[in-house]
Amino acid sequence: MAKIRCALIGPGNIGTDLLYKLKRSEVLEPVWMVGIDPTSDGLARARDMGLKTTADGVDGLIPHIEADNIQIAFDATSAYAHAETSRKLTEKGVKVIDLTPAAIGPFCVPPVNLLDHLDKGEENVNMVTCGGQATIPMVYAVSRVQPVRYGEIVATVSSKSAGPGTRKNIDEFTQTTSGAIEKVGQAKKGKAIIILNPAEPPLMMRDTIHCITETEPRQDAIIESVKAMEAEVQKYVPGYRVKEGPIFDGNRVSVFVEVRGRGDYLPEYAGNLDIMTAAAARTAEMFAEQMLKA
Amino acid sequence: MNLKGKKIRLHDMSLRDGMHSIRHQFSVQNMVDLSQALDKAKVPLIEVTHGDGIAGSSVNYGFGLHTDKEYLEAVIPKLQHSQVSILLLPGIGTIKDLQMVEDLGVKTIRVATHCTEADVSEQHIKYSAKRGFDTVGFLMMSHMASPEKILEQAKLMYSYGANCLYMTDSAGHMLPEEVKEKIGILRAEFPENIELGFHGHHNLGMAIANSLAAIEAGATRIDGSVAGFGAGAGNTPLEVFAAVCDLYGIETGVDVSALMDAAEDVAVPIMVKNDELPRINRDSLTLGYAGVYSSFLLHARRAEQKYGIPAREILMELGRRGTVGGQEDMIEDVALEMIRARG
Repeated sequence: MAKIRCALIGPGNIGTDLLYKLKRSEVLEPVWMVGIDPTSDGLARARDMGLKTTADGVDGLIPHIEADNIQIAFDATSAYAHAETSRKLTEKGVKVIDLTPAAIGPFCVPPVNLLDHLDKGEENVNMVTCGGQATIPMVYAVSRVQPVRYGEIVATVSSKSAGPGTRKNIDEFTQTTSGAIEKVGQAKKGKAIIILNPAEPPLMMRDTIHCITETEPRQDAIIESVKAMEAEVQKYVPGYRVKEGPIFDGNRVSVFVEVRGRGDYLPEYAGNLDIMTAAAARTAEMFAEQMLKA
Repeated sequence: MNLKGKKIRLHDMSLRDGMHSIRHQFSVQNMVDLSQALDKAKVPLIEVTHGDGIAGSSVNYGFGLHTDKEYLEAVIPKLQHSQVSILLLPGIGTIKDLQMVEDLGVKTIRVATHCTEADVSEQHIKYSAKRGFDTVGFLMMSHMASPEKILEQAKLMYSYGANCLYMTDSAGHMLPEEVKEKIGILRAEFPENIELGFHGHHNLGMAIANSLAAIEAGATRIDGSVAGFGAGAGNTPLEVFAAVCDLYGIETGVDVSALMDAAEDVAVPIMVKNDELPRINRDSLTLGYAGVYSSFLLHARRAEQKYGIPAREILMELGRRGTVGGQEDMIEDVALEMIRARG
């Protein structure tokens, strides 16, 4: 079966983990890995896995887009570089899946709004943040039952799984995630907190989701909605699990989630990496299926 | 120990760390009254923000009765001697929050990270230093890392532009020898114009001894709170420490009697009214003993009330799991797990 050919920009933790997932895809074929450091481990690894590589950034990729028929590109670099990268790619007709917190395009959290983006044929979609992918489905699971006045998430990740990009851009994490809690999760006000924990052995990614509902929570409907959403996320992140909850305390609804990664590039504890790349891969696959049908 | 003639700067925490002790429920009037009393005692620096730093107001840490801005706007214009600092924890507060308070007259910005995660402070320290603030890098839970690691992380904060570096005993777990060693290694490595600071908690009753050890090793800024108004068993009780400094011949520049009055006449009544008097008891002692973040205390007590698991057992478990500052959401999670384990 024909596959849609892709490029990955940024051979760090996220780009490399994503590469493993794309290698397994039935509709996507990773062709290029783009970096900026010719001596980077990530580029060498991609080369070993049979990809073409360039260390000249996105400019090193552009001349090959037509000949190699690249139709989808993933940007796993930093928020600062993304705008320029995206402009150069979309100009060439490449669909861009943005894994940085730049958020030029609309936020995409697959179980909540991927189908809307497909219908609209967006040329750039943003995958929010790892914390957003792990928690916004649950905010939405509550807000689709009844209005949520305030949604707050606490994402705790192991230090080892947070690369230099995340660390340098920690404000972008909090701001992008809280924005998406409102826009996608549909809480009237959103707040996001991220914590890095250096414990050894590294702890599994865990997230707490607090929603404050406008009126008394409809407990049975919320429990059912949370359970259904957990199953939706598990379709592409098998290690996603509601650990405790929903707990009800007045109008507060709290859900405690754990994300075990698939151990593609980083070990299982890095569920934050896994949920981000799995969401991006799923988004790209849906776009690819649409392209293949057309 | 000859400390005679050493000059240090005292930094009061009661309007920030004290927020933890009363679930962030300071009224604006309480803030004004206490800051005026500290001003009268000529305390050079006082910190004002939510207990978890600017923008800490949340379900996870507790909502503040007022916003950081409301507190700062009320406190700063009335001060004659004291200057005001704010605390920011990257991952909770952002540069936008710093911009919001920039014009309010704040003089010092302290950026706090877990002691092994200093690189998340780059954006904020750079911004603060560039804007000309007295910029402090604040390494929390410093008992959890080796002296060499503390030094490595402090160097990062220094490289971003911090002019003062803190070794922080957030769990009140340290003993004086450790404080001396960790401050000592920093003093040996940083140029003289870089100030060093120590922030203690009194969970093991060692906060005063630890602060003296820090001064001996070269620290010149010492945090404390009048009447120990702070998380856990409280911070280094500032009026007591100021009196001790006086006896050692350490120069603090504060009025010890006025500081005693601030503690007794202003701070204690606020605590009593809120039904919380930070002191060493089995729960706060457990924080120090197990090396757990001091602000977990009231959250663990609430979990005890709600789920019937003793706070002490929850705190011991959090210590075993190596939780760090900010992980308040683990408290309810762990309590629920413990209930399940008991069937």
